[in-house]
Formats: sequence, structure tokens, C-alpha cells
Amino acid sequence: MTATLTGPSASAASATPPVIDLRAGRKTYTTGSITFEALRGVDVRIERGEYVAIMGPSGSGKSTLMNVLGCLDVLTSGSYRLAGHDVGDLDEVELAQIRNEEIGFVFQQFHLLPSLASWRNVELPLMYRGVPRHERRERAALALERVGLGDRLDNRPGELSGGQQQRVAVARALVGEPALILADEPTGNLDTSSTEDVLALFDELHAQGRTIVLITHEPEVAERARRVVRVRDGLIQGDGPASALHDDRGYLHHPTSHDDDTQEIR
Amino acid sequence: MSWGETLATGWHAIRAHSMRSLLTVLGILIGIAAVILTVGLGLGTQKDVSASISSLGSNLLIVSPGSTTSSAGIRGGFGSSTTLTTSDADALSSKTAAPDVEAVAAEKSASESLVNGDTNWTTTVVGTSTSWLDVRSRTVSEGRFLNAADENDRTTNVVLGSETATELFGSPRAVGRTLTINDVTFTVVGVLESAGSSTSDNLDDTAVVPMSTMQNTIVGGTSRTAVSTVYVKAVGTDEISAAYQETQNLLLNLHGITDADDADFTVSSQDALVSTATSVYRTLTVLLTGIAALSLLVGGIGVMNIMLVSVTERTREIGLRKALGAPPVAIRRQFLTEASVLGLGGGLIGAALGIASAKLLPSVLDSSIIVSPTAVVGSIVIAVGIGLVFGVYPAVRAARLAPIDALRSE
Ligand SMILES: Nc1ncnc2c1ncn2[C@@H]1O[C@H](COP(=O)(O)OP(=O)(O)O)[C@@H](O)[C@H]1O
Ligand SMILES: [Mg+2]
Repeated sequence: MTATLTGPSASAASATPPVIDLRAGRKTYTTGSITFEALRGVDVRIERGEYVAIMGPSGSGKSTLMNVLGCLDVLTSGSYRLAGHDVGDLDEVELAQIRNEEIGFVFQQFHLLPSLASWRNVELPLMYRGVPRHERRERAALALERVGLGDRLDNRPGELSGGQQQRVAVARALVGEPALILADEPTGNLDTSSTEDVLALFDELHAQGRTIVLITHEPEVAERARRVVRVRDGLIQGDGPASALHDDRGYLHHPTSHDDDTQEIR
Repeated sequence: MSWGETLATGWHAIRAHSMRSLLTVLGILIGIAAVILTVGLGLGTQKDVSASISSLGSNLLIVSPGSTTSSAGIRGGFGSSTTLTTSDADALSSKTAAPDVEAVAAEKSASESLVNGDTNWTTTVVGTSTSWLDVRSRTVSEGRFLNAADENDRTTNVVLGSETATELFGSPRAVGRTLTINDVTFTVVGVLESAGSSTSDNLDDTAVVPMSTMQNTIVGGTSRTAVSTVYVKAVGTDEISAAYQETQNLLLNLHGITDADDADFTVSSQDALVSTATSVYRTLTVLLTGIAALSLLVGGIGVMNIMLVSVTERTREIGLRKALGAPPVAIRRQFLTEASVLGLGGGLIGAALGIASAKLLPSVLDSSIIVSPTAVVGSIVIAVGIGLVFGVYPAVRAARLAPIDALRSE
């Protein structure tokens, strides 16, 4: 990671495999006799160092996509390579390991363990990787400093504001140096100023060369990303630079009327 | 995640619900305390029984009138008939007829009132011979024991147990004092060294008089030669069975009985007494152990129940840990550890309770309880094992949860 601190996309294109390489991804949910196809053939490729927002209305399949990208769920058909690993034929234990090493999650509900101090929440991914205790504490402290909570190591989540809790969660996502930071509606439960704090943090992390995929339905959040992938009814409907959002605000409300030809094949 | 940390996490999770955890382990706690008490009570009574039996004297055979076999009804009840007499005791004293018998002491006892002025004390008055002191392994703390002259002259001399002396005269230093039994005045010539009390009788509360005096002055009546017990002391430990045979055969001969099954007396050894007594307590121990096992089972089910509750409550935590990379084995280990720590907690508190009760109960129960370190350690191990076994199902359920479902749960 340290090698790609500047100009990540330029160096990534040549040697390193894309962080995300999803092809013809389909996901079918079966509830009793009812089957529902939440992803209907999705292709997404995201290079190292990119900052991508996945947008779409509620029920469009964003969370399903996030679960697949995060290796929390497997595709019904199609192929998915994460940082060069073919995820398709991994078992439960191998999936756990790849989540641990390659992905840092940030959830809408923070998902911090309320009984543990900040640094103990942050060290969790390292614990399942067998990092020795003293090193875990050091690295957790560094990650918390990085998100501006160096003075809150021993506070429990209950003693922190919502914005601070989400920053603890971001520190937890960072601590293991994963290939990908995957955030599902990270600002969904935050007020405006905390939202700004967290988004500023993502900007910073992106500037430092991190790969970030952020799922949201808020245009204000999506426009902070460099690239926006639009999902609707289980299909990719648009993929282009975030600047396009400014031109067609209305598009978000009437996506079918928009002809999105800016999609690049990457 | 090291074992130490898994353990700390388990402890942490239990501490978060200390009241609930305590209630959960109540069954285990009671079970473990019961195990320790049961084993302690068993060992304690065994010790008490051996102590009371060895207080009878060593290498001893006890001959009682009556039979314990099926013909007992015809021959008269065990210990209550008049088939054993002083002449039986005299015959057993013969070195030629019973070479493996060292000494014999017949006892004829009756409950009588001893009077000193206004003080009245009812105790067991024992008529016996001079050999009694040696046969019963007793010593005299003051004065002397009865001698041949006392026996021949039917003297009204008495030797008191230390407690009897204290009750009547206010101190065990009673030599030279007088008392009356059935209006006959007796002189105290000696006081017995204290021998403590056994479960069955108080060895320090007795009054010993010459057999001849007992027969003629105190009891009288038609069955004056009948005795209550004949104590036979073998020459040595190795000669006990030979002495048993000689006693049995000699008495059968004297009583003109050919079939040993028809015997109108019973010869028992201390070994036999010990094994009857211990078998009774063994049965009791088995029974109590059953109760302990039952409460441990209930305790184990309690642990399983609370662990299932815990898994449900912490579905999101499990989902998060899995999302962060915890493999199923780590989740399983976490919950198994928690269940074992619950078991350990119940075991430790139960052991403390058991040991405390073992210190307090003997004064109430009038029986010693010996706390066995093996039982304490063993029962704590059992408690941990119970937590572990009953934690398996909840732990497996936790480990099987799918991370997305778990994260979604409210
Ligand atoms: N486990 C599931 N079983 C059945 N249907 C599901 C399941 N998860 C999601 N869906 C359905 O798939 C569609 C997409 O859901 P989701 O990915 O959560 O959308 P979003 O996050 O964009 O709101 C929705 O219609 C939802 O009802
Ligand atoms: Mg969603």
C-alpha cells in the first residue's frame, strides 16, 4: 500500500490486478417457492486507489452487491475476483480469511461492540489474524489517531457521539491494511456535521491511496467520490465520473429517462 | 486469539450479566456443594465408625447372646436373650481350649441410678472381671481398677468413667468418695481415663463394678449368670480368625449344638462391624451422589439454556465478528469457553459453599465431614466439563450463523 500513496490509478493499471473484478454477477434469493433475482448480470471493475460510489434507489440491489463484493455472500452465477483471488470456489473458512485480510467494512449501524473500549473494537480484525497483543494495541492506537480519535482509545462506544463511533468503525476498517474499504450507507445514521467529518476522512484516505467503495442513496454523499456506479433493479445503469451528477441532478429521480453512455468498459 | 484472551472474553461476557449468570449456575453450584458434602460425609462417618470400633479395643471378637440367623425367633432376639453366661466366659479363658485367645472379659450391664446425696445420675453399670481394662484397651487415670479380691469378696467398690465422676462429684477426682446404687453404698476406687465418645455410646459415662457384686447385689433374679456381651481378645492380629474358630467351636460344644446355623450366640469381629457400617454409609453416599448428579444435570441444562439466549442476543456481535474474519472455529471456541467459565464459576462457588458447610454442619449433624481435596478438585473439573458439554450445542449454533443474516438482525 505504501508504494501507491500517490497516483494510484496510474501504477495500478500495469501490474496489480484490479481490486474488484465482477463479471456477469447474478444473485437469486429463494424464499419458499418465491425466487427473486436481486442481481441480474452485473459487471464491475474497480482498480486500486479508486474512490467509487454505488448509488441507486432503495431495493435496487445495492446491499446485495455490497455483500457479494464483501465476500459475505456468494454469487448464484458469474465470477468474482477480489484483489486477484477467485472468490467463487472458496469455503467458509477461506472466505473468513479473505474478508479479514482484504476488506475493511464500515456499516450504517456502526456495528461496534458496546462493551469494548474503542481500541479493543479496532483491534478485532487483527485478533483473528493472530497478531500479538502488544502489536495490536499499537496498530489500533495508530488507526484511531489517524481518524482523529487518538485521545479516545479507552472510551466505550456509548461514551462517543455517532460521528465519533463511525470514525472508530473506519479505524477498524483501516487497521488491517485491507485492499478495499467497503462502506454501506456509512452516513445514513449521522447528522450533517458528522457526515461531513466522515466524508472528509474518506477524502483523506483516498488521497493517501486507499481503495474505497461507498454505497449510498444520497447524491451529496455520492458526489464526493471520483466515480459513480448507478444500480437499478439489479442491473448497472450507469458508470461514470461523479462530476456527471452535477449536470443531471434530475437523473437521480428519473433514472430510466436518462441515457447514460458515459459508461466505460474497464 | 490466544486461549488467555478467549478466556478473558468469556469472563467479560459473563460479568456483563452477573446476576443472570449466578442464577444460571445455581444448579451446578448446589450440585458441586452436594458432591463435596456427600464425599466428606461418607469419609467422615467411615472415620467415625472406625474410631468407635477401634475404641472397643484391638484384636477383639465380640460374642453376643442370641442368633442373627433365621432361627433367631426361636432362640430369642439378638442381644436380648440369656443364652450367654459367665461359665462360657470362663471356658474361653482356658489356654488349652482356646490357645489363640489372650484374654476374655464378660460384661453384664444394666441401666441404674447412681446417687450422691442430692445428685442423681443414671448410667450403664457394668459388671465385669479384672481383665476388662486390658481387653477394652482402657486405662485408669486415678486410683486403681478392680482386682481379684474385689471379685472374690463381692466388694462394693466401683470404678467410674470420667464423665460420670464429674456429674456426681463435680470433678473426675472422685477416688474415696461414696455413692449408692439400689440403696447399696459403693466406694469409688478408681476413675477411667477419658476415651471419648463413639457414635453409639459414650465411653466416659459408665460405672464398673465386680461381676460377682453385679450378679448378687445389683441385678439378682433368676438369670443372674447371664451376661450381655463377652469380649474375646486374640493373641495377635494374625490369630483373630483362629480365635474366632476356637470361640465358635467351644461355645457350640458347651451349648450342645451341632449345627453352626442353630447357634444361640453370635461372634462378630471388628472387621465385620466395620464393613456392615461402611456398607450402610456407602448406600447413603450413592443415594446422595445421585441427588448431586441430578442437580448437576439440571445445572447443565440451565447453562445450555442461557447460552442459547446469549447466542440469540448476540447474533449481531457474531455476525460482526464473522464479517471481520472470525472463522467458525473461533466463534465456537468463544461460546464454549464462556459456557466452561460459567461451569467453572459455579464449581468454584459451589466448592466454597461445600467447604463452608463442611465446617459448619458437623456441629448440627453430630457426624464428622472430611473435605477431600480430590473431591474438591474433581468436582470443579466436573463443573467445567458440564459447562463444556452443555455449551456444545449453543456454540455450534452460533458458529453456523450466516454473517449477513446475523448482521441484519435487530
Ligand atoms: N435475503 C433475502 N431474501 C429475499 N429477498 C431479498 C433478500 N435480501 C434482499 N432481498 C431483495 O432483493 C432486493 C434488493 O435488496 P437490497 O440489496 O437490500 O437493496 P438495497 O440495499 O439497494 O435497498 C430487494 O427487493 C429485497 O427485497
Ligand atoms: Mg441496503
